[in-house]
Amino acid sequence: MKRKQKKKTRVIPGFGLSLGVTVTILSLVVVIPLCSLVVFTSQLSFSDFLSTVTSSRVMSSYWVSFSTALVASLINAGMGLMIAWVLVRYDFPGKRIMDGMIEIPFALPTAVAGISLTHLTTTNGWVGSLFDKIGIQIAYTRIGITVALVFIGIPFVVRSVQPVLEKIDPQYEEAAGMMGATRCYTFFRVILPEILPALIAGFTMAFARCLGEYGSVVFIAGNTPYKTEITPLLIMAQLQEYDYASATSIALVMLIAAFLILFINAVLQSRTSKIVSGIE
Amino acid sequence: MEQQYYVEMRDINKQFGDFQALEQINFGIEKGKLIGLLGPSGSGKTTILRILAGLETAETGDIIINGQVVNDIPASQRGIGFVFQNYALFRYMTVFENVAFGLRVQKWPKSRVKERVNEMLRLVGLEGLEKRYPSQLSGGQRQRVAFARALAPEPQLLLLDEPFAAIDAKVRQELRRWLKGMISTVGITSIFVTHDQEEAIEVADEIIITNQGRIEQIGKPVDIYRNPTTPFVARFIGDSAELENVHLFPGFEYAADQIKHAIIRPEYLTVYKKGEPVEYPNSVEPGVVVQSAFRGTVTEYQIRLSDGTILTANRLVDTAPLAEGEQVQIFARRLLAFDEERAFPVENICLAGVRPYVI
Repeated sequence: MKRKQKKKTRVIPGFGLSLGVTVTILSLVVVIPLCSLVVFTSQLSFSDFLSTVTSSRVMSSYWVSFSTALVASLINAGMGLMIAWVLVRYDFPGKRIMDGMIEIPFALPTAVAGISLTHLTTTNGWVGSLFDKIGIQIAYTRIGITVALVFIGIPFVVRSVQPVLEKIDPQYEEAAGMMGATRCYTFFRVILPEILPALIAGFTMAFARCLGEYGSVVFIAGNTPYKTEITPLLIMAQLQEYDYASATSIALVMLIAAFLILFINAVLQSRTSKIVSGIE
Repeated sequence: MEQQYYVEMRDINKQFGDFQALEQINFGIEKGKLIGLLGPSGSGKTTILRILAGLETAETGDIIINGQVVNDIPASQRGIGFVFQNYALFRYMTVFENVAFGLRVQKWPKSRVKERVNEMLRLVGLEGLEKRYPSQLSGGQRQRVAFARALAPEPQLLLLDEPFAAIDAKVRQELRRWLKGMISTVGITSIFVTHDQEEAIEVADEIIITNQGRIEQIGKPVDIYRNPTTPFVARFIGDSAELENVHLFPGFEYAADQIKHAIIRPEYLTVYKKGEPVEYPNSVEPGVVVQSAFRGTVTEYQIRLSDGTILTANRLVDTAPLAEGEQVQIFARRLLAFDEERAFPVENICLAGVRPYVI
């Protein structure tokens, strides 16, 4: 008896069609634009490319972008975890409103956020004037950039940690409590491992987003070359001078950085999911 | 003389909002016993366990463990090991770390932790699996880890919440026997919650039956099975069918005036095929086989009486099989009669002797 089934039949039809549409959209939106980056960049010779992406102004913009993004994402990881914790674990009036407010950075045009944050944090602003008294300037410094990036990144952490925190079985804490563990010990040994994958995912997403953030930062940064100039701004500057090859060269570096970040995230995620799902 | 109990609950009341979860709970447990808390879902059995453990607090009443009132003592200092329904094993810790958790928290020295964990794993038969994560274990193995984890800090009392609920039927049988053996080896006073009467009857030394936040009956499985004292227990325990018209059943007419309700269990019934010799021909009732189900050693028949009541009866597998729709004769040895407050058995007049005895 030889029965060869050429085509696997599926319960829900339309696999071919839906995959086709998916691939088309992905190509149009993601792959083709990214490829064009490489094509444009290839107009430069390799040595030109290197000298463009390693010029001292560009190098210091990398430093500004990466350092502020990292600090902002670390702050977000801590703050986001705390907000998610409060929203999941406690009941209080206004909880729903607070929950909804988390998404405002997603919805708000980033320029609006940039302008209002700048307005608040200049030396005459409400917040800025307070900090000015103790000698800290926020607007037009890297602190200002970090503030803007914290604002932009917070929903990523909250929204990735929140559902995981909601699903944690209260029996874990009861079990730890029955054996005499303090709340602190229980949090760090039992709960944190459960939410760590989500926290890392939120952190990397926020980090990747912060690296590319432009709209809100340009207002608050002041854009002093070598000091508060972020990489996306440099790309924009090159574009305005019709130097597409240089712009795409710098963009390519940022693209590789983004890929690396997401790759590290994927590796970390698969390691933890192995432990939970038991697949060796 | 008041009996000395190891674990005692006195006048416990508990409310969840408007819902009276527990009402005047009183019971005592002797040291070293294995107790089954049995009841339908929502009857308060898990709440009793959680109050004992200190995971919930009662509005009134006292909880006494080993002669000490523990109402205000936090859960972790009551000397209780708790096995949760879904085991609550920590997913990001190995088997070893899970079992060692309680010991680490109590700051046992490292060498003793290692020694004790290995001892526990040997006891539950999981040597060599120390480095596995819970996800890499079968359901039965996970339960053993939960058991080892609860016992590792040397508790005085072991509480188990539906210990077999998350395990498939085949392994459950084996685990029941294992758990009973294990608890008697360790010699620890234990209470387990279950909604499965078969489980409670097989495993427990003593059963506490709860219903709607109250205790219905406390006793040895045999006593509870044979002599249920309340209507609820009579209905709940055993494979019971309710009898509407007691006086219709030959042999029980003498008691029909006193009996308002009665139930009948398969083991009280003998079913005679047409032509088989009948021991008490005056006391048989005709019926029709409605359904049959092969159960291995016995075949289970659903038999309809003339008034429409359907009874369940068994016949051994080596007797002649009955076809569906076949006319048969049924003899009942006894009934369990009950009114609003109490339940009592009634014997068939043929077996009760010359002077029928009604409690």
